Amino acid sequence: MEVAQQQEVLTPAEKPAKEVTGSVALLEALITEGVETIFGYPGGAIMPIYDALYDYHDKLDHILVRHEQGGIHAAQGYARTSGKVGVVFATSGPGATNLVTGLADAQIDSTPVVCITGQVFAHLLGTDAFQETDVINITTPITKWNYQVTDANELPEVIAKAFYIARSGRPGPVLIDITKNAQIQKFQFKGYTPCNHIRSYRPKPIVRPQYIKEAAELIATAKKPFILFGQGVILGGAEKEFQAFVEKSGIPAAWTALGAGAIPTDHPLNVGMLGMHGNYGPNVLTNDCDVLIAIGMRFDDRVTGRLDKYAKQAKVIHLDIDPAEIDKNVKTTVPVWGDCKETLPLLTQAVESKTYPEWLQRFKDHMQEEVDLVIHKELNPTSDEMTMGEVIKQLNELTNGDAVIVTDVGQHQMVACRYAKFNNTRSNVTSGGLGTMGFALPAAMGAKYGAKDRHVVAIIGDGGFQMTLQELGTIMQSSIDVKIIILNNRFLGMVRQWQELFNERRYSFVDMQSPDFVKLAGAYGIAGQSVNDRKDLQGALKEMLNHKGAYLLEVMVTKENNVFPMVPQGCSVAEIRLK
Amino acid sequence: MSTQEEKQEFNITVYSENQIGLLNRIAIIFTRRKINIDSLNTSPSEVSSVHRFNIVITETEDVVRKLCRQIEKQVEVLKVYYHTNEDVIWQELALYKLSTEVIVEKVSVERLLRENGARAVAIRKDYTVFETTGHREEIDNLISILQPYGLIEFVRSARVAIIKDSEGFNAKLREFERLEPGEEVIENEYLNDADKVFTM
Repeated sequence: MEVAQQQEVLTPAEKPAKEVTGSVALLEALITEGVETIFGYPGGAIMPIYDALYDYHDKLDHILVRHEQGGIHAAQGYARTSGKVGVVFATSGPGATNLVTGLADAQIDSTPVVCITGQVFAHLLGTDAFQETDVINITTPITKWNYQVTDANELPEVIAKAFYIARSGRPGPVLIDITKNAQIQKFQFKGYTPCNHIRSYRPKPIVRPQYIKEAAELIATAKKPFILFGQGVILGGAEKEFQAFVEKSGIPAAWTALGAGAIPTDHPLNVGMLGMHGNYGPNVLTNDCDVLIAIGMRFDDRVTGRLDKYAKQAKVIHLDIDPAEIDKNVKTTVPVWGDCKETLPLLTQAVESKTYPEWLQRFKDHMQEEVDLVIHKELNPTSDEMTMGEVIKQLNELTNGDAVIVTDVGQHQMVACRYAKFNNTRSNVTSGGLGTMGFALPAAMGAKYGAKDRHVVAIIGDGGFQMTLQELGTIMQSSIDVKIIILNNRFLGMVRQWQELFNERRYSFVDMQSPDFVKLAGAYGIAGQSVNDRKDLQGALKEMLNHKGAYLLEVMVTKENNVFPMVPQGCSVAEIRLK
Repeated sequence: MSTQEEKQEFNITVYSENQIGLLNRIAIIFTRRKINIDSLNTSPSEVSSVHRFNIVITETEDVVRKLCRQIEKQVEVLKVYYHTNEDVIWQELALYKLSTEVIVEKVSVERLLRENGARAVAIRKDYTVFETTGHREEIDNLISILQPYGLIEFVRSARVAIIKDSEGFNAKLREFERLEPGEEVIENEYLNDADKVFTM
């Protein structure tokens, strides 16, 4: 196997045209883009890049993961907490195909990630060479953009495009596949210039003042306006602008799972979570409001329930940066295309300062109903067995809502989203659109690198944890200070809940046996304990948070608990069930 | 609602950069939604370096509008338009191969070909190839006419369509370039020279 010639390190001062290999140019490009951390895994077809990396270890922090899926989820977690582009290295063939789940996850949750994959030599393309896979075609539907580099001369421009596309407009994953010959090839490198324009790509629609005016007029006529906000507010860095709009307009606002934390949980106009396991009031009153203002959210089916019975009485204002989202699922009365960082201040300026005390009271009344029937017993259970909710409640008290919470998908995710307190933006890292089991553990590692001074707590189910538990090895080797809480109900809880409610308790393959998680952590040199008794919970959580370094806390929770409220599939949001 | 709308033929015109893989990126927007592409043509456009796709599908306008937005979202796509058949002038081209012997023997074949506006493009001892251009019904009609005379081979091209009220893409492209952040535009020197780049 050929190995790249050792290259001398290029300093920015020496910039004008210097002969370097494609691999060196790539690493120089990453440094110029401000990349500090790379999550990756080496292999045959990416060896020249790893060889170059040997000389760059003081400038680029490479985290050796245990599986490429762990690598990309970590990059996602990093992007979600830092707001920067996450970077992943993987080799060709299986290395690249292992990225697929993460790419799909990043695509549907609009997470900026740049993946660099090695590829076989250009002359071997299409010959079924060792570890050759058609990565470009495999990843086309799940990337915002992808490109195969076969000549080192292309590299600087392509990397510049990759970062620009990944982070601009509606962000998303980009994959750059680099053939081995391009990694080795020496070329005249003229230095790296970031990209700020692509002729065919318009990341931000131009804001049309007439729509701002129409939206403001519609809001002025509203008696029962209602704001739904999503991750767009966070991705646009428009949290302050959003809060200003909410406070001036006085309109109650509810969030999607990925929008959580864009305004603090305890903001007086934050009325709770939307969707299948969201709060009672926001769901019921969606079908009672007269003007619905959707901001940076995409009307996912888990939010809307049955679409032909969704907010039919309401006029809809939709603010989104992606024109393809307008009218995609819900017909819009006034589309406000644009970056919400630009549109929200204009709208704030155009609306009157108002309050809707009676309307807001209805949300509060519904919340009281939900507290009485669901929340109180979830957070303060009287039975011996612990609930997931009380674990989150105790955690809130100890972190005061300042921690980053990372979750997979399922019951633990819904409970965490519902009950975790978020004082800050970029605090809820969860697999929203794709619903990926195994996301949380690696995403938490990346989240920690993206928010080094914050507590990062991964809350994971016993099922999901076993999908990517190999990343305990990464946590061990790189001493990553993540706190892991496994909420163990000895079931694949959400599927079990559906089987209980809709399949006559026919529990088909949801009964899950697990290893001794604490011993497992111990094998990796990670401290931990298991808690089965309520009286030990608070102490264990304290010990976990105070522990220097990673810690695994298993909490045995009640086996057959259901997440409520719930909008059953095929029902309208108004048909939300409290039990 | 879209379900009540009538399905009909729509002509989708895509202006794009000429980039490897873009055809696939566009095609999967349809296949993902289990929508069949009736006809697809790729060609240069009136603007040098800008590529043009003509795609024909049978769907409701609501669905077509959403598909067009998904296509326009692709990084290398400049602009997408959709039109009904009334809004475009369109043609398809067909080739028919017949035995020369049959044509020589049967006078009626020559008459039928002339009546249907067919033109001989190749005459060999053993076979003759005719060509027609027109709408699909006209072309398909000639197949059934020629079938009794032993049609050896037939092929029809994708549809090409000109938009009746379009003033061309030159002005639109200039507008795009004007509206873009002008300061320090980085030209994509190597990507525009893709053909000079080494490949297998």
